[in-house]
Amino acid sequence: MAATATAPGAPTTRLGKTATEIDDRLIVAGPLRRTLNKVFPDHWSFLLGEIALYSFLIALLSGTYLTFFFDASMREVVYEGSYAPLRGVEMSAAYDSALNLSFDVRGGLFMRQVHHWAALLFVASIVVHLLRVFFTGAFRRPRETNWIIGVVMLVLALLMGVTGYTLPDDLLSGTGLRIISAIILSVPVIGTWAHWAVFGGDFVGELIIGRFYIAHVLIIPAILLALIAVHLLLLVKQKHAQFPGPGRTEHNVVGNRLFPTFAAKATGLLFIVFGVIAALGGLVQINPVWLWGPYNPAQVSAASQPDWYILFLDGSTRIFPAWDINLPGDYTIPALFWPTVVVAGAMFTVLALYPMIERKLSGDTASHHLLQRPRDVPVRTSLGMMALTFYGVLMLSGGNDVFADKFDVSLNAMTWFGRLGVVVLPPLVYFLTYRICLGLQKHDREVLEHGIETGVIRRLPHGEFIEVHQPLGPVDEHGHGTLAYGGAPVPKKMNQIGGARRAIRGFFKPIEEPAQVELEQGREGRGLAAADEARELTSSGRPSEGGRPQEPRD
Amino acid sequence: MSTTHPQSDAASSDAATASPVARARARRRSKHRRRVANVAGLMASLVLTGALYSVFSPAQAAPAEGANESAAEAAGRELYERSCISCHGENLEGVPNRGPSLIGVGEAAVYFQVHTGRMPLVRQEADAPDKPAVFSDEEIDQLMAYVQANGGGPTLPSGDLRDGDVAEGGELFRLNCASCHNFVGEGGALSSGKAAPSLNDSSDLEIYTAMLTGPENMPVFGDNQLTSEEKRSIINYVQTIGEQADPGGAGVGRVGPVAEGLVIWVVGIGVLMFGIFWMGSKA
Repeated sequence: MAATATAPGAPTTRLGKTATEIDDRLIVAGPLRRTLNKVFPDHWSFLLGEIALYSFLIALLSGTYLTFFFDASMREVVYEGSYAPLRGVEMSAAYDSALNLSFDVRGGLFMRQVHHWAALLFVASIVVHLLRVFFTGAFRRPRETNWIIGVVMLVLALLMGVTGYTLPDDLLSGTGLRIISAIILSVPVIGTWAHWAVFGGDFVGELIIGRFYIAHVLIIPAILLALIAVHLLLLVKQKHAQFPGPGRTEHNVVGNRLFPTFAAKATGLLFIVFGVIAALGGLVQINPVWLWGPYNPAQVSAASQPDWYILFLDGSTRIFPAWDINLPGDYTIPALFWPTVVVAGAMFTVLALYPMIERKLSGDTASHHLLQRPRDVPVRTSLGMMALTFYGVLMLSGGNDVFADKFDVSLNAMTWFGRLGVVVLPPLVYFLTYRICLGLQKHDREVLEHGIETGVIRRLPHGEFIEVHQPLGPVDEHGHGTLAYGGAPVPKKMNQIGGARRAIRGFFKPIEEPAQVELEQGREGRGLAAADEARELTSSGRPSEGGRPQEPRD
Repeated sequence: MSTTHPQSDAASSDAATASPVARARARRRSKHRRRVANVAGLMASLVLTGALYSVFSPAQAAPAEGANESAAEAAGRELYERSCISCHGENLEGVPNRGPSLIGVGEAAVYFQVHTGRMPLVRQEADAPDKPAVFSDEEIDQLMAYVQANGGGPTLPSGDLRDGDVAEGGELFRLNCASCHNFVGEGGALSSGKAAPSLNDSSDLEIYTAMLTGPENMPVFGDNQLTSEEKRSIINYVQTIGEQADPGGAGVGRVGPVAEGLVIWVVGIGVLMFGIFWMGSKA
């Protein structure tokens, strides 16, 4: 019996046949092909958001392991575990299980540390990613929605952190919880009611750890996951923005396809991120709750600080003057309200609305797929640096007692540095950044007009010395380059335009023989040295005469 | 009447008949005489007082020194007069704006201050930093003996200073000490350049005497506040924690989130930036 004739192109392997069967039923081949062929532009700074994604993934996985052993209860128990200095001490079941996780569960301490480091890295990489998006103008139309989603995810990440580090119910996190309680209470009118709603009564009650636990392991991660999905779908739908450069326009994307190049890169990065977090988790101790002790409202330690991403709120509270507002009828707006609720609220509101604010101010409502270099938008860049300085001073002030202690500075001096710095430094930074942006722009324009400085000094027959310039393109009758300023990087060195031999390849160590490269280059006749013997200079090398002295041409 | 007053009458008549010049001279002479007599009297009394003082005063002091002061106290006095007297006064009474009175601080305070090198002070500043001790242990004993003998106050404890329950010590430490010295005695900043020092390198006796005497900004934890047993528990806790290795890896100063934030930004983000630069260069 003759074999059944197969249609041309039909799969013959077992794998291929399985794939065909699946495609017949689910019709995935088309969309999959489109997705795998998606082009991602190539720039190191586009990988920052991926770091955030991967650290979230690692936090999710390690956190799941922790839930197997953690008991989010404020029931009072007496510790009888293997950490001797706390044996016999009364504590909550949450702290007790955190100690057991650290000392009695196999791999528990490592997982706790991995989880905590991943969380710190998650927020840090979100911030770095946000800075990249901000300073390159990637939030402009049509990407405002994704910007707002990003800011919401940042806020959720902070909440995730706060609810997370509160869970072990140690003395440090309990102090933080006390401050959270005070912040909620400080809100005018609704404060007391909100506090009762959150804590189920007065501080500290018996509910809060359980509530934070559900928020931390279920509610916030679920919202975050959904938002991450939307964030990425929008990215795919709107396509990735790219830096301007040769061949790159508003209507194309130049880069690598998702499969295989980009996928390989992304997987590589996942393993790098995982490696870094695992190394930190194994080598550097984080949040040693057994040293802090169980929470007791009567106790507080010097240098009680929140994790770094909340440090700015601690800082704003530390430097804010003690201005209670006493209203008639026994109402008080405590000073704490302003540096925490108002400052944080204003900061994140302005951040979220920035695309709209900029659109309003600049009147630029066009769609943009080409990014901007920070120097080309000096106002935005300076505003960003100003905001960063403000944030930086607050963050520094959050740790001001540690800095005062370690660097032997007066704590009062640190406080006043914060108070003055937060007002004086941002405008100063704005001005400096603005000047630096203009300076960089001017230098780019100068190179476009006059060419690259070759470093070759020439003495003209009448004795004048000039530096020979290499124009980047055709020149007009005055010797000025005719290339327009395009907001793309301008080569500043002869090497970058092939003026010297190409660099030896290899990142950590050369992966090719330098002598071999020299030979090859000599044969190709490229580079400055190649034509040196044959060169006979015919022009002065002034820009007006076309710049770099040329070899005589027939 | 007249018979009883012939001389006076004569004298008055003499005076009445004498010239005004002679009268003035006589008055001046008597004034002069009075003044000389006054000065002589004063001189005599001064000399007498001086003589009496020089006779009696050393006669009283010399036997006291010789009789009541031990050799250690005498050596201590010598050290005191060389290194301490300018701020603490010649009788331990202190000097305003320079140094406090040492009456009642006892040998415990001397031990702590001198053994940790805080005293003698290099200069007047926010607080006295610890430094290598200036005096040898023997000299410190002599100073202690001198101050104890002349000022009195708490004495050094005896016995095993770690003889207490470590868990109870931890609770007491967090309640009484952590607010300045940090969770595990890493130390911390106080106002205006003052600081609670780290307890990492402190000996048992130094911690005990510090609690007992409340040096610098530290409150005194007398035996009414923390009993001797409780102090020993605290010392046991501090030293146990200090000697304990960090099970999680590098301790990064055990100061918590500030150091951890620094690590994640410098090491974590730093390494990853390097990583993506490297990946970028592979493009």
